Amino acid sequence: MPCGGARIDLFLAAIVIGITNGAFIALIALGYTLVYGIIELINFSHGDLFMLGTFACLTTLTLLGFATEVGIGGTPWWALLAAMLLAMAFCGTLNVLAERIAYRPLRKAPRLAPLISAIGVSFIYVNLGLLWQGPTPRRFPDLLPQYDFVSQMFGLETLVRFTFKDLFVLGLAIPLMLALAWVIRNTRMGKAMRAVAQDSEMASQMGIDVNRVISFTFLLGGILAGAAGLMYGLYNNNTVFTLGFDAGLKAFTAAVLGGIGNVSGAALGGFVLGLLSAIVITFLGGQWDSVGVFSLLVIILVFKPTGLLGQGASD
Amino acid sequence: MSDILEARSVTKAFGGLVAVDEVDFTIPEGAIVSLIGPNGAGKTTFFNVIAGLYKPTRGTVHFGGKVISGLPPHQITRYGIARTFQNIRLFQNMTAVENVMVGHHSRMTSSPFDAILRLPRERTEERETEVKARELLEYVGLKGRDGVTAKNLPYGDQRRLELARALAAEPKLLLLDEPTAGMDPNETARMTAFIRRLRDERGITVLLIEHDMKVVMGISERVTVLDHGTKIAEGTPTVVQRDERVIEAYLGRAASAAS
Repeated sequence: MPCGGARIDLFLAAIVIGITNGAFIALIALGYTLVYGIIELINFSHGDLFMLGTFACLTTLTLLGFATEVGIGGTPWWALLAAMLLAMAFCGTLNVLAERIAYRPLRKAPRLAPLISAIGVSFIYVNLGLLWQGPTPRRFPDLLPQYDFVSQMFGLETLVRFTFKDLFVLGLAIPLMLALAWVIRNTRMGKAMRAVAQDSEMASQMGIDVNRVISFTFLLGGILAGAAGLMYGLYNNNTVFTLGFDAGLKAFTAAVLGGIGNVSGAALGGFVLGLLSAIVITFLGGQWDSVGVFSLLVIILVFKPTGLLGQGASD
Repeated sequence: MSDILEARSVTKAFGGLVAVDEVDFTIPEGAIVSLIGPNGAGKTTFFNVIAGLYKPTRGTVHFGGKVISGLPPHQITRYGIARTFQNIRLFQNMTAVENVMVGHHSRMTSSPFDAILRLPRERTEERETEVKARELLEYVGLKGRDGVTAKNLPYGDQRRLELARALAAEPKLLLLDEPTAGMDPNETARMTAFIRRLRDERGITVLLIEHDMKVVMGISERVTVLDHGTKIAEGTPTVVQRDERVIEAYLGRAASAAS
């Protein structure tokens, strides 16, 4: 095969991987941006919350008897659904509790105090993860059908693969993001969120229970992190207690890239970052991944400090 | 007429600065009452104590027979007190109708889960709120501006929109913080007439804060004057206008001596 053809193959393959990875990053980035938009806190524990989300899924699947893929005929959809709902509930609750216990008492303190508190919560999560699943990487059961649409459905022989796993991740992540956008745009709670984001004092005078709205925001962020946990586990088939640091950093970068506080920006930033990272890894090698990602961040911040879609406002 | 609001020796101190000092204040139900005083007299602070943004350092505020001082602001709104701000504070990036719908928040009962599940209850409520919001926009004179983003409205319309938003909370008592600030005499006259209409047609009790004495004289049944955080005079506009301490507070000692 001529060299040029292989390059296009590789490029397309990288694009598919990038979009799928972008979907996880976007889901986690939304958790950063929602919270920042409403109380201007960078919730540094969010990446580790996502890590605990993968653990919650792993434990649920293990308890349901699907710890290993050996000898399983067909995908146990009900177990996946149960794992996802449980992880969503778990991460959502944990995030709400963290806000209640560690951030709310500091709401009127200088900006640095809740930030440090968030780093503290991050340490707690990491150590909780260490106690829960131990220090070594854990295998996450490979429960999705092994099916590649490109080669098996269309019979094309290329490097490009669009597998059932990619479809699964995108088919779950994109509707979740649309649902989030819909809730913020159209519901009473969504309007209240936008109101609190702009001016919480005024919102309280309009009869909005500000604390409740903030709790709801943390709940939404946690739910998305829990869902991302299941997707990550099933896609990569492994997880480890340090997963949150890297994922969190990338997602935070994506949120800043898109314009922190801006919901569509976080989704866009996630996909841009996923794509860039996949292209860099494919053509330059894995050691250049972080270099590429953070160079992009620096460039964007130099030329457009508010991020791609940011105007400082949250809607 | 019974009193809808009663403040008993309300004091608000910020560190060593006493902004409001032992103020007793009542508002009869259905009245239009004004609070005036020179700059820095403590009017807005007193207002914020009533609205729940500040907790009084000492003293209590009763509304409709219940103690409201110390309650969170959204609770106070739910009891029936709504307000506008001295410097317009709208949700700049929302449309006019959305702003008013947010104002109705405290009267809505459906939960986020109703919304996510698209229960008929939530949809009906949302639709009714929108209809009400449009009616209110028309009532304040913003017919046809429903879909305009708040920040793109002219100044006078923004004031009107703020009023519509406050009315959406279905208040029994409306607190207006300098509603005619920045308006020309014509607009001021129209706004004053509108405030009277609010009381006459909707039975809403009104507390006005004004910097400018002339504005309140026409519409208030009672005027209270604050200076340096203390109440220095109270009574009908004509009585207050002739009060020596009031003239002194506004114009200085020399002026009162000269008159």
